[in-house]
Amino acid sequence: MDLTLKVWRQENRKAKGRFETYSLKNISPDSSFLEMLDVLNEQLVMQNAEPVAFDHDCREGICGMCSLFINGRAHGPDESVTTCQLHMRKFKDGDTIVIEPWRAGGFPVIKDLIVDRNAFDQILQAGGFISVNTGSARDGNGILIQKEKSDEAMDAAACIGCGACVATCKNSSAMLFLAGKVSQLALLPQGRPEAVRRAKAMVAKMDELGFGACTNTGACEVECPKNISVAHIARLNREFLLANLKP
Amino acid sequence: MASFLNSSIGKKFLMSLSGLFLISFLLVHLIVNSMILFDKSGVLFNNAAHFMGTNPIIRVVEPILAIGFILHILYAGILTLKNQWARPVGYDKQQSGNSSTWASRNMFVLGSLVLIFLVIHIANFFWKVKFSGSELLESGTVDGVENTYNLVTTFFINWWWIDIVYVIGAVVLGLHLTHAFWAAFQTLGLSDNRWRKRLEFLGWVYTIIVAGGFAIIPLWVKISSLL
Ligand code: HEM
Ligand code: SF4
Ligand code: FES
Repeated sequence: MDLTLKVWRQENRKAKGRFETYSLKNISPDSSFLEMLDVLNEQLVMQNAEPVAFDHDCREGICGMCSLFINGRAHGPDESVTTCQLHMRKFKDGDTIVIEPWRAGGFPVIKDLIVDRNAFDQILQAGGFISVNTGSARDGNGILIQKEKSDEAMDAAACIGCGACVATCKNSSAMLFLAGKVSQLALLPQGRPEAVRRAKAMVAKMDELGFGACTNTGACEVECPKNISVAHIARLNREFLLANLKP
Repeated sequence: MASFLNSSIGKKFLMSLSGLFLISFLLVHLIVNSMILFDKSGVLFNNAAHFMGTNPIIRVVEPILAIGFILHILYAGILTLKNQWARPVGYDKQQSGNSSTWASRNMFVLGSLVLIFLVIHIANFFWKVKFSGSELLESGTVDGVENTYNLVTTFFINWWWIDIVYVIGAVVLGLHLTHAFWAAFQTLGLSDNRWRKRLEFLGWVYTIIVAGGFAIIPLWVKISSLL
C-alpha cells in the first residue's frame, strides 16, 4: 500500500506544533498501525530527521500505552481495539491518514503524538484503591460474591487507562475512566467500606484536573477499546449522589 | 453542599432535576392546550386555561417553574463553558457521527433555540393574559372567563409565520428531548444496560407526543380555518 500521512509534530510541551506530511510506499496490509509508524521512523532516521514520538508498550492491547487520534477517531477506524491492534487492511491504498495526539486540557502534549496521562494516575491515587493489611495473602473465596456482581466488576476492571474516552468526548470528560475505576470496587464487598470517601475524592480530583463534565453523549463507550459501558457512569453518579447524602 | 454544587456531577444533578421538572410541566401544558383541538367554541380551553391561571396549586408551582427554567439555563451555560475550556486545542479532523447523536452534541444550541422560542411565546400569550391584557381576550367572553382561545387562534390564523415559528419551536424542543429524557435518568444514576433501552424508548414516545402535539395545534387551527 502507498500512503500519505499527515502527522502532528511538536518539539515539547511549550512549542507550537504543526502538521508534517510524509509519503510511505509498499506498506503491507497485514502490518499493524504501529509497525507502519516504525517504517516511517526508520525512513526518517535514514534521512537524518527526527523520528515521530508515539507511545506504545505491550503491542497486544493490554497495557493502554498506545493512543493516537487516527482520521478523526480514537484508536482509528476499527471497533473495540487499541491502536496497536489496528491493522493496515482497515485502510485503502492511496489513503491520506491524519494522525493527531489526544486533545484534552488534562492531557498536555509532551512531544509529537505523546501526551501526559499522569492525570489518570492522580485520579487513581485519590481513591482508586482499597486499604488492606499486609501479611499473608487472603483466601480467594473467603468472601462469597454473587457471580453477576463479580462479572460486572470484572468488566469494569477491563479498563486499561488508555484515555480514548477523554480523547473522544466532546467535553474531554474522564467520566468513563472514573466510572470503570469506581465500579470495579463499588460492586465488591471489599470496596464498600471506603465507598463514600472514594466517590467524593475521585470526582473532586477529576474536576480539579480540568476534565469536562458528562453530557451523556455515549461517544466514550463506542470508542473505548475495552467496551466499558456507560452503565458504569450511572453507577458512579449513584455512588457520588448517595455519598453526598451521608454526613 | 457548596462542594457538591461545585462538582461536575452536582451541577449535572441540578440540570437533570430541573429538566425533569420541565418535562412534567410540558406534559401538563400540552394536555391543557389540546383542548383547543377538541372544542371549536373555545369554552373548554378557556375554562381549562382559567383554571390553570387561578388554581392555588398552580399559582405555587408557577414560581417554582420559573426557578426551574432559570437554574436549567444557568447551569447549561456554566457546564457548556467549562466543557469547552476542557479542550483548549481542538482536533484537525474529528468524526463524531458514528459514536454519538447530533442532538446530544448540540444540547446548548438546541436549548438556546428553545429559549428564543420561549421569549416569543411568552410575549405572544402568557404576558398578555397575565399582565398587559388584550382586546382579543375581552371579546366574546362567557361568564367573565377571559377568551384565551380567541387570542391564541387569532394569532395562529392571521399570521402564517407565527405558525411556522411554533412548528420550528416544537421540532427544536423535540430534538432537545430525544437526548434529554434518558440522560436525565442516567445523571441521577437511575439507569443501567436494561433500563437504558426502556428509558430511551419511553423518551421517544414522550418526545413524539409532546413535540408532535405542540406542532399540530397551530397547524390544525390554521388549516381548519381555511376549510
Ligand atoms: C422546556 C424546555 C426544556 C426541557 C424540558 C429541558 C430538558 C432537559 C433535560 C431533561 C436535560 C438532560 C439533563 C441531563 O443530561 O441530565 C437537558 C439538558 C440540557 N439542556 Fe435542557 N431543557 C429545556 C430547555 C433548555 C433551555 C432553555 C436551555 C438553554 C440553553 C437548555 C440547555 C440544556 C443543555 C446545555 C443541556 C445539556 C447539559 C449537559 O449535559 O451538559 N435546555 N435539558
Ligand atoms: S474507559 Fe475505555 S477508553 Fe477510557 S481509559 Fe478505560 S479503556 Fe480507555
Ligand atoms: S501498546 Fe499496549 S495496549 Fe497498545
